[in-house]
Amino acid sequence: MKFWKNTYNEFIKIAAKPRSYIGIGAITLIVSIILFAMRVDGAFFISLITKPFEQSLSFEGNILNGNLIAFVILQMLIVHVPLLIALVTGDLVSGEAAMGTIRLLVTKPISRTSILLSKYLAGCAYTLVMLLWLMFMALVVGKMIFGTGDMMVLNGNGLVVFSEQDVFWRFASGFSLAYLSLVTVATLSLTLSCFSDNSIGPIVSTMAIIILFTIISTLDVPVLEKVQPYLFTNHMVAWRNFFDDPIPVAKIIKSGEILLIHIIGLLTIAIYKFNKKDILS
Amino acid sequence: MQEEEKIIEVSHLVKNYGKFNAVDDASFDVYRGDVYGFLGPNGAGKSTTIRTILSLIKPTSGQIKIFNRDMATHRPYILQRIGCIVEKPDFYNYLSAEKNLEVFARISGVDIPKKRVHEIIEFVGLKGREKDKLRSFSHGMKQRLGIAQTLIHDPELIILDEPTTGLDPQGIIDIRNLILQLKHERNKTILLSSHILSEIELIANRMVIINKGKTIVQGSVTDLLNARDLIVSFQVNDVEKAKQLIQSSTLNLVIESTDDKNLFIHIAQERIPILNKLLCDSGILVYSIEAKRKLEDYFLKLIGA
Repeated sequence: MKFWKNTYNEFIKIAAKPRSYIGIGAITLIVSIILFAMRVDGAFFISLITKPFEQSLSFEGNILNGNLIAFVILQMLIVHVPLLIALVTGDLVSGEAAMGTIRLLVTKPISRTSILLSKYLAGCAYTLVMLLWLMFMALVVGKMIFGTGDMMVLNGNGLVVFSEQDVFWRFASGFSLAYLSLVTVATLSLTLSCFSDNSIGPIVSTMAIIILFTIISTLDVPVLEKVQPYLFTNHMVAWRNFFDDPIPVAKIIKSGEILLIHIIGLLTIAIYKFNKKDILS
Repeated sequence: MQEEEKIIEVSHLVKNYGKFNAVDDASFDVYRGDVYGFLGPNGAGKSTTIRTILSLIKPTSGQIKIFNRDMATHRPYILQRIGCIVEKPDFYNYLSAEKNLEVFARISGVDIPKKRVHEIIEFVGLKGREKDKLRSFSHGMKQRLGIAQTLIHDPELIILDEPTTGLDPQGIIDIRNLILQLKHERNKTILLSSHILSEIELIANRMVIINKGKTIVQGSVTDLLNARDLIVSFQVNDVEKAKQLIQSSTLNLVIESTDDKNLFIHIAQERIPILNKLLCDSGILVYSIEAKRKLEDYFLKLIGA
């Protein structure tokens, strides 16, 4: 019972903190700029995709539609959203330490594990809100401006066209997997937050780890190739697999497993650290 | 006679940070209904002890029992019956006073109606400011809200760590009166840490002094501060004559030291008028008699005053 009351408290805190709206504002602004740019220069963008195929294929209908726009926006932003997530989740424990409120919180009759899990749950909910807002801005607003239609995707296998009816479930599944990758980032920043008494450290460290892992993922060095498949950053773009034909199910499951292992591992470290931590702030 | 109930029992508490002993074998007991002064100079280990009592930090060794239960195994049960301020009264600056209280009330272990929140706000004198964000509050107002937060779930034991630090004189008086009100009107047991002896003297009935993490002395404030064996300074017109008179008298007194105007004498309280009469009868003019309590001297030495 106290756990749920504390989780409600965490929702109130996140909702009242001005920094929680930076992410929402940033997504709104960036997506609006992309939508505006597409509205103005969309035809040029489409020609970049269709030009190589124009001699063998003819393109008809509303190619520059909301589905394609949403896919482009997701591809561009899903790498940057983690920073916005870490702004809030990296502050969940360390922010309380910096403010001094952690002293009061930890002297209440609720276990430290419950305190941490309440914060985690609230952080996951915030992550979901961010992703749903991105989905709304990209898919719903995109369709309102550009209309709907079949979706054309250029991937490793060439040009793939999905019928309009075949698109929504792919987006829903893709967003679910993207959510899992963002929750991994949220868990990482929460874990780092348990090691720090200021907010900046965990936020910057989260980004540094993401950048480091991304660089390792792209290096063609044999010794690193063994670890590359296990880095969570390698699986942050796994949502795109839902736009392959046929869908690489095994690959998607593998990505989901690796992300889940990261989440469980990091959360275990966070709980252990938070329970052992001397509150000295 | 009914035995007093121990509310806090701290036994041989040790907290080390590497080679540094923050608390070194501290032991003391707080009884039901006490306003217990926890006195020591800055850096003596008061806050570390209080943080350990409240399970904010883990002790290296020793035992803490509160309400006759071990903190290590009965944490939620114990914390539900405690209200506390540890060092500064820090709150969520982006929430109002009322919301802050609601947040902490929600996890205090008892159902607290909104009416109770308003009652407590009124009790600590913050009525009319409850909707204001904490960022607009002065330190004194935050301290009052801190006390409101300790009382919101009507705990039996209140732990206040340096509650008057940073307050102006009026703020200190207000908080002191609030604490006395809690003792007399609400019958709370209060553990109050301070580095100011006079503050403890005015509020507490029992106290412990710690220094460098060790318990130096503990007992009732009356006994400790009004010990029968005092050092009394007698300011006289002729120190040498007075000294010879005392040494040749049958009073058998020990003169601790002298200076140009004063004699400092170990003397029991009831013998002060006898010595005064002796001096006056011998034609020595006594300008002032001032009792210096051993504990006060000792404490002043501790804090380097």
